[in-house]
Order: sequence, then structure tokens, then C-alpha cells
Amino acid sequence: MERIYFDHAATTPMKEEVLDAMMPYFTENYGNPSSVYNIAQVNRKAVDDSRASIAEILGARPNEIFFTSGGTEADNWAIRGIAARKGRKGNHIITTKVEHHAVLHTCEYLERHGYEVTYLDVDEYGLVTAEQVEAAIKDTTILISVMYANNEIGTIMPIKEIGEVAKKHDIPFHTDAVQAIGQERINVDELNVDLLSLSGHKINGPKGMGILYIRRGTRLCPLIHGGAQERGRRGGTENVPGIVGLAKALELTYADFDNKNRKIREMRDYLIDGILKEVPYARLNGHREKRLANNLNISFEFVEGESLLLLLDMEGIAASSGSACTSGSLDASHVMLAIGLPHEKAHGSIRITLGETNTMEEADKLLEKLPAIVQRMRDMSPLYEDFINNKK
Amino acid sequence: MYSEKVMDHFSNPRNVGEIEDASGVGQVGNAKCGDIMKMYLNIEDNIVKEAKFKTFGCGAAIATSSMATELVVGKTVEEAIKITNKAVTEALDGLPPVKVHCSCLAEEALQAALWDYATKNGLEFEGLEEPKEDDHHHD
Repeated sequence: MERIYFDHAATTPMKEEVLDAMMPYFTENYGNPSSVYNIAQVNRKAVDDSRASIAEILGARPNEIFFTSGGTEADNWAIRGIAARKGRKGNHIITTKVEHHAVLHTCEYLERHGYEVTYLDVDEYGLVTAEQVEAAIKDTTILISVMYANNEIGTIMPIKEIGEVAKKHDIPFHTDAVQAIGQERINVDELNVDLLSLSGHKINGPKGMGILYIRRGTRLCPLIHGGAQERGRRGGTENVPGIVGLAKALELTYADFDNKNRKIREMRDYLIDGILKEVPYARLNGHREKRLANNLNISFEFVEGESLLLLLDMEGIAASSGSACTSGSLDASHVMLAIGLPHEKAHGSIRITLGETNTMEEADKLLEKLPAIVQRMRDMSPLYEDFINNKK
Repeated sequence: MYSEKVMDHFSNPRNVGEIEDASGVGQVGNAKCGDIMKMYLNIEDNIVKEAKFKTFGCGAAIATSSMATELVVGKTVEEAIKITNKAVTEALDGLPPVKVHCSCLAEEALQAALWDYATKNGLEFEGLEEPKEDDHHHD
């Protein structure tokens, strides 16, 4: 069976060119970049060149780029690193209710250790405003952390505006840009961010690789203590193949970016329009325009998301869901509840996230299969039965 | 993550539907945890002749509903009362730990339908209790 992959927000296939770039650093170029002898110098150079290339793409300086084991570590580091600073002026953190768990659970951890966290509400589209952020600022606020774009519903936050507020009040501003990278052009100065988290495997790069951008002058404690790597701020021998792969993936992502981005956006809109037209009692979650180019998230009333995913999988289509049943917990997604969906609708959502190798034929196959799958589940749903009986 | 039997009962569920003028109907679960199960039974001469279900829920919820209806047909009411979530789960070759609550729902839906039958007919059975309101709790 032909397999269609529509879950690029979960992870992406690594590109051949990325693998090719990485390969020598597993085998012949095995030296430790910290070593003084000659054979390690090629590794040192590979790390330095990668850092410089990444910095240029993000509009940063090379010494503001720090390599981590992934987006989750970058988020943990940004938040806990600020919180652990000596001489900090307070213990208050501002974030939102729709952050990724890497941020939310870190904030909850800090709450258990005496910190105060404000979780801002979002509107029906999943947006917070810069005004909301400003109103939440106290004398004791030490960090603002707002995601660039939501991983479930794709809503893009007003990062630039929030950054201006943070700058005005001289409060460090962190954004988790793990989902946005690859879909948006990111320039750290334009965004007014001090800390920004990225991940390699969302952009056809290696898993287990991430970046924390730290603006010069932003003081934060290390999360991983160890050697003098990353200028003493993140211990551990550098993952040289991973670093080279991440730099290559980022470079490829922004090659011919506008063209690829436009194509994906068109496919997204084609699918949104097609699904809403073909399937009754469906709604788009998230904002129609302020939305990642590759994300669509749709709730189907009267059905549960995991069942839809299983049936789609039987047709060879891989997608994702905000359904409790796929997350290992039994509660509906915190994002779906935060945008005000009632539980039964929150459970019935599916997320389609596109990648540059998806084709219009694949989009058409989804449009062909999905209506019957939803109807099949509705035919066995007691909620649908009640709805039809009440309509009669 | 699911056994072949679960996937079989999910993709080809047995006994989906409604029974008009059923001897007993039971609905349990709530939308909060994402599962609602409605069970219909036809009972003649104290024997379950027919069982149908409708379920809003995940793969495990649908598979356990389907299996519960298969297990109950042909049983006396007394035997049907004794069908446990464990029996349903075992008949499906097991469920992932996080999904075991779905099998509780199947047992509860069955009990609720049997209770409905008993109260409609003024009957009492040992071990059959009135379903509690929103009896589907998670630990």
C-alpha cells in the first residue's frame, strides 16, 4: 500500500543531503572538538562553521547559538536557566495555557519550587495579545515565555509585539519556535526575542539535536553542568554529526523557501476548503490566516479522534490527533480546551501537517477517503444518534 | 499498540446499531474522557437473544463494545451479570494499560442495560446493582 505521511509536526524524514553531510563525522572524523591534536581540528571547524551558518540564517551572532539535545532541553534550559539566576529580582513567570509540555511542565515544576507562574488565557483561535502579556507583568516578573506557533492548531502568536513589550519592561523573552522553524522566516532581532528554542528533526534534520539562541547579555545558569563546551554554558562533548546535520537541514530549509512555503500553504488551504465542504459538522481549529503554512486541525462532531486515525492508517494515511486516547492521558488536549471547545469536540479533532514532499495526489486521496471514514464512525456514535433524533 | 483481535473488532465491529423496543438499554461514560457507550439488549425467556451497541470512543472502546455484545448473546441474565471487564479484555487478547478503562465501560454498559431490563420487568437479580450516575471514573 502507498503510504502517505501527514504528520510533519511530529517529526520529518531526514534528507539524504543531511545524512551525507553527517556521515564523515561518525566515522573518519571522530575526533573530539575539544582536543588539541590535529585530527580533532576538522571537528572543531565543523562545529564552528555550522554555528556560523545557523547564526547567519537566524540573524544572530555565532556566539549566541548553543547546541542542545533537542527542543525540549532548549525550553527547559531557557526557563530554568533564567529562574536559577542569582540576584534575580523576583520569581514570577508569564506564559500561556497552550504551550508545549516542554514549557508547561517546566513551569509547573518551578511552581512546586516556589515560583509563581501566570498562564495566560487564549482566545477562540489560540491567540494571546501583547496587551495581555503587558497587563500580567509584575515587579517580580523574571521571564516571559510564549510559543511562536502552536504545535496542535498552528496558530502563530504576535511574537514581535510581545517582544516589544518585554523589551520595554526589560524582561527576558523566550519563544519556543520548534514548530515555526521551517514554516516561517525567523530573525531574532526583528522578533525582539532574547531566547529561542529550535529542534532539528522538525526540519528534515537529525533527531536529538536542538538549539537555544541566547541573546548576548542575557544571563542564565547552565542546565547541563560539565566541561567547558559551548563556552562553559552547556557541558557534554559536542554531537558533531548532529550539529553538522542540523546546520545542513536549516540551510536546505531556507533554500528556495518562498516557493516551497507557497506550495505547502496552497495545499493546506485546498485541504481545509475541501474537508469543510465534503464533511458536515466539521470546524477548523486555530486561526485561518495567522496559521503555520503546513498545519490544519479540524474537529469532527460526534466522533473521537483516535478512531479516525486508526481508520486513516488502514488507508495508509498517517495523521495525528489532539484526542486524549492518543496522548496516553485521558483528558482532552489542553490546547483544545483552552480555545473553548467542549470535551466531545475536543476529542474529535485530527491534525494534518504537511511537508515539502507531499503531493496534490496525496491531498486528493485524503479528501476522497475522509468523508466516508467520518460517516462510518458517526453511524456508530450515540452522540450522532441523539443529534439526528433531536433534529427529526 | 493494539492486538490483532482488537483491530479486528475495531475495523469490523459486530452488532453495531440499535434495537427498537429493546428489553433493556444502558448508556454509560461521558464526553469528558472521550468515551460514551450505549448498549441495547433483547431478552426472551431470561436469555439474551440479541445485543447491539453504539459507541463514541477510541479504538479500544469500540472493540470492547463489540466483544461485550458477542460475549453476552446466548447467556442467561444471571450469566450476563457476571461478565466482567476482565473477561472482555481477555477475549480481546489484552489491551494497552492506558486503555483498560474502556473495558470497564463495556462491563458498565452491559450492567446498565441489564438493570434497565430488570427494573422494567420488576425483577431482581443477585449481584445486579443500579448504575451510578457518571459511574466512569479514572484514578
